[in-house]
Amino acid sequence: MIKTDILIIGAGPVGLFTVFEAGLLKLKCHLVDALGQPGGQLTEIYPKKPIYDIPGYPSILAGELVDNLLEQIAPFKPGFTLGERAEKLDKVGEKMYRVTTNRGTQIEAPVIAIAGGLGCFEPRKPPIEGIEDYEDKGIDYIIRDPSVYKGKKLLIAGGGDSALDWTILLSDIADEVTLIHRRKSFRGALDSVEKVMQLAKDKKVNLITEAQAIGLNGNGVLKEVVVKQKEMGEFAQEVDNFIPLFGLSPKLGPIGEWGLNIDKNAIVVDTRDYSTGIPGIYAIGDINTYPGKLKLILCGFHEGTLMAQSAFKYIYPDQKLSFKYTTVAGVNGFEE
Amino acid sequence: MDDNINIKVTDREGVEHNLEAPLGMGLNLMEVCRSYELPVEGICGGMALCASCHMYVESDHKLPEPSEDEEDMLDQAFFVEDNSRLGCQIRVSPDIDGIEIKLAPVS
Repeated sequence: MIKTDILIIGAGPVGLFTVFEAGLLKLKCHLVDALGQPGGQLTEIYPKKPIYDIPGYPSILAGELVDNLLEQIAPFKPGFTLGERAEKLDKVGEKMYRVTTNRGTQIEAPVIAIAGGLGCFEPRKPPIEGIEDYEDKGIDYIIRDPSVYKGKKLLIAGGGDSALDWTILLSDIADEVTLIHRRKSFRGALDSVEKVMQLAKDKKVNLITEAQAIGLNGNGVLKEVVVKQKEMGEFAQEVDNFIPLFGLSPKLGPIGEWGLNIDKNAIVVDTRDYSTGIPGIYAIGDINTYPGKLKLILCGFHEGTLMAQSAFKYIYPDQKLSFKYTTVAGVNGFEE
Repeated sequence: MDDNINIKVTDREGVEHNLEAPLGMGLNLMEVCRSYELPVEGICGGMALCASCHMYVESDHKLPEPSEDEEDMLDQAFFVEDNSRLGCQIRVSPDIDGIEIKLAPVS
């Protein structure tokens, strides 16, 4: 069981900076994030894009901002649980919550700061009727162990790096690999594109472009994927597994069922301290909403700062909190 | 003196909306739809990184070809047709006055 002062859900820029502001008040933080690395959207979606509205930085790459934030909060030794999604929230005492992740990790803290951004990133599912019925019964959105496809007939759909890379890798393992893609050209690394083209020439991969999967046949277990190709029209492809690889998209996820006041996929907060109305639970950054809300990293930093002050008063109602500037007091981390 | 252009948007229920969009503010079609509170998410804020502003261009306006980034993102969208575009990549300009667009289904 992990114990901390503030459990921050979401390790994006706002979650990370909150560790700093909480640290100045001697509050310890632990971060949980569904992604495997800190940084949220900045790392997952646009690490190489410049950001121009971070005060003091005329321009900074998103990935660099995350690196800087990690350096800035290092003195406060935050804990991280990465690659796990915060699933369940329980009240286990007066001023004590327990959050359980999808992998069973449990973290207890008096304060929960939800800094979940757009939500958790989940694989995009093709909108094919009945697709849910075949999940784990022939349809896989994530490849965990390639060896399970030994001797199988596979249909992979997608045009990005992951579709290309898995096609190359699985062409060695599976009995038959078919790759379908919406258009003729592929994005993704040139090297991978060339390899797939060569595999197609050598008849090791069956490449069908300008094609989309539009239907599924089977009786409890997937047997065929109906493919629609521009010239060939519709046909059924016999498969053991269908692997759609269309990237990740954010979903609010389990947090939506925690009894919080939700408006259009965002958590309604009080702008005095970004509290949610449930004592000890706050929401900061892109995941919250209030009159005049702007989804800016800059605003999230402000929200995390005010939230940390409120969290301190909530945890220690009898202690006086005297505000100190870092220029006066320095940045004292937690000593071993 | 006319600093607005007209845009016709058909929403996912088939309802038509006639919008006016100002020139000179650097807006794109995703932003125009959002400002009229039409159900266009624009999750990524207009960087061609999420496909949540996927729409079909129904009129025969000549538009700049989609960039490689936009095509890449359309690869990750569904219900993609030949006239599919990301609204965030279409700038409001006199060239698109009278454009007719239809919102793509949410997936």
